[in-house]
Amino acid sequence: MSKIEETTSAIINEFDIFDDWMDKYNYLIELGKSLPLIDEKHKTESNLIQGCQSRVWLHASYDGTLIHFTADSDAVITKGIANLLIRAFSEHTPQEILDSSTEFLNEIGLTQHLSPTRSNGMLSMIKQIKMYALAFKTKQAMGS
Amino acid sequence: MQTIASDIDKIRSDFPILSRKVHNKPLVYFDNAATTQKPQVVIDAIVNYYTDLNSNVHRGVHYLSQQATTAFEDVRTKIQKFINAAYRHEIIYTRGCTESINLVAGSWGKANIKAGDEILISALEHHSNIVPWQMLCEEKGAQLKVCPILEDGSLDMNTLSALMTPSTKLLAITHISNTLGTVNPVKEITRMAHEKGIVVLIDGAQALSHMKVDVQDIDCDFYAFSAHKVYGPMGIGGLYGKEKILNAMPPWQGGGEMIKNVTFEKTTYNELPFKFEAGTPNVGDVLGFGAALDYVNEIGLDQIAAREHELLEYATERFLSDPLIRIIGRAPEKASLISFMIGDIHPYDAGTIIDQFGVAVRTGTHCTQPLMDSLGIPGTIRASFAFYNTKEEIDKLMEAIVKVEQLFL
Repeated sequence: MSKIEETTSAIINEFDIFDDWMDKYNYLIELGKSLPLIDEKHKTESNLIQGCQSRVWLHASYDGTLIHFTADSDAVITKGIANLLIRAFSEHTPQEILDSSTEFLNEIGLTQHLSPTRSNGMLSMIKQIKMYALAFKTKQAMGS
Repeated sequence: MQTIASDIDKIRSDFPILSRKVHNKPLVYFDNAATTQKPQVVIDAIVNYYTDLNSNVHRGVHYLSQQATTAFEDVRTKIQKFINAAYRHEIIYTRGCTESINLVAGSWGKANIKAGDEILISALEHHSNIVPWQMLCEEKGAQLKVCPILEDGSLDMNTLSALMTPSTKLLAITHISNTLGTVNPVKEITRMAHEKGIVVLIDGAQALSHMKVDVQDIDCDFYAFSAHKVYGPMGIGGLYGKEKILNAMPPWQGGGEMIKNVTFEKTTYNELPFKFEAGTPNVGDVLGFGAALDYVNEIGLDQIAAREHELLEYATERFLSDPLIRIIGRAPEKASLISFMIGDIHPYDAGTIIDQFGVAVRTGTHCTQPLMDSLGIPGTIRASFAFYNTKEEIDKLMEAIVKVEQLFL
């Protein structure tokens, strides 16, 4: 099991405890409130994910081995989702991120309750995370 | 006299969707400003058309085609009467309000707007009454001017008057704001504009279902509307235009139906209204629209307006009793919708939780991004009521709001 899979199955287990949607949201809201703060200087127009009902900033930095993600949003539920994604994908190599599945979001019943539209930004965030991984991998392969 | 209140169970049973469940709870549908639900008679009219009447209109000599044509043209007369247009050929079928506005921009606008001209709109406009004019202005080198609103969400009439300059060629303004509910004094506005020789288009998307619209009394040059906001099907609507101005306009889209005679050298165009109706029309949905207007007439617009006013008053009172709720838009003349914020809770967060109660509200910018920017808010939660809604449903929304407050504050 890869390190990302270990994290995502832990997340699935955490969400399994709740049978009530309201408890699930409550937990997501807690996660949103506890998302580590993004450096204000990274809340730029270019880090803004377009097309969400709420504004989402996703910042990525690469130390040559691992990608480090930070995020913020003006909506708490969106921040909770960002928290989960960061927990799963931050501090991993580009290849690990590219190889990983995002199936866990279905398993915790998030896609069931959060419409897979642009409105919550979840899909856009995942797409952006994968794009960063690809970009950093390509950059490294080119030796720059 | 029977009222909607005394007949509410019967009326609700006319709308099959109102008995469905969402997240295992009875649906509370408060997104009527986005689209209204459809009574069974509208659904039946569409099904009956495809079951019993389907054929192309205006060209066949065979029985079915003639029957379909008669039904299709009868609805035009129904629309004419519904908005009190002087002639039935002043009603052009379109895909909806957006297409109607684009028709005016693409035909009248292309022929009449030139560099240096001004088009005047208001800060209340929906994107569909902004973007077509922006595109036209860009193409022609004209300027788009925007009349601001006052703090309560009503139009700043003094500034509007000042913005009507000798360069202003068109005033395009909404009858009712889809975001704040403000009802604009369109008759007075039209009189002011006409005094200065300005052509007036009114975006009536939100108005038709709430109040008696009389285009001759308003005296506007164009009035645009959609069927799906007045209990009819999606994808059909219309444009009213004064005969004289429509006749002077060049055709917009080319194709069948809109022509009189075609040779490779020269085509002559059909007369009104067909000049603006290129291609095979959406006959089934036109018949659905007709059934919707019959249904509204049967209930009575006066009754509908009274009922909606009652719901608005009740909801406003309930909202005002919660100190955390801030109502956005308190114009004295208001349609039956409330835009609001709960504390500083993001509308997306609130909407997600409210949805779990089976309550459908709209969250976000409501296609009025510039209006939200000018109010300095990320968006609102909007509850919009129709005559089939009840006070008990408003109570359910309040329960959901209390839960939102518990979760986020």
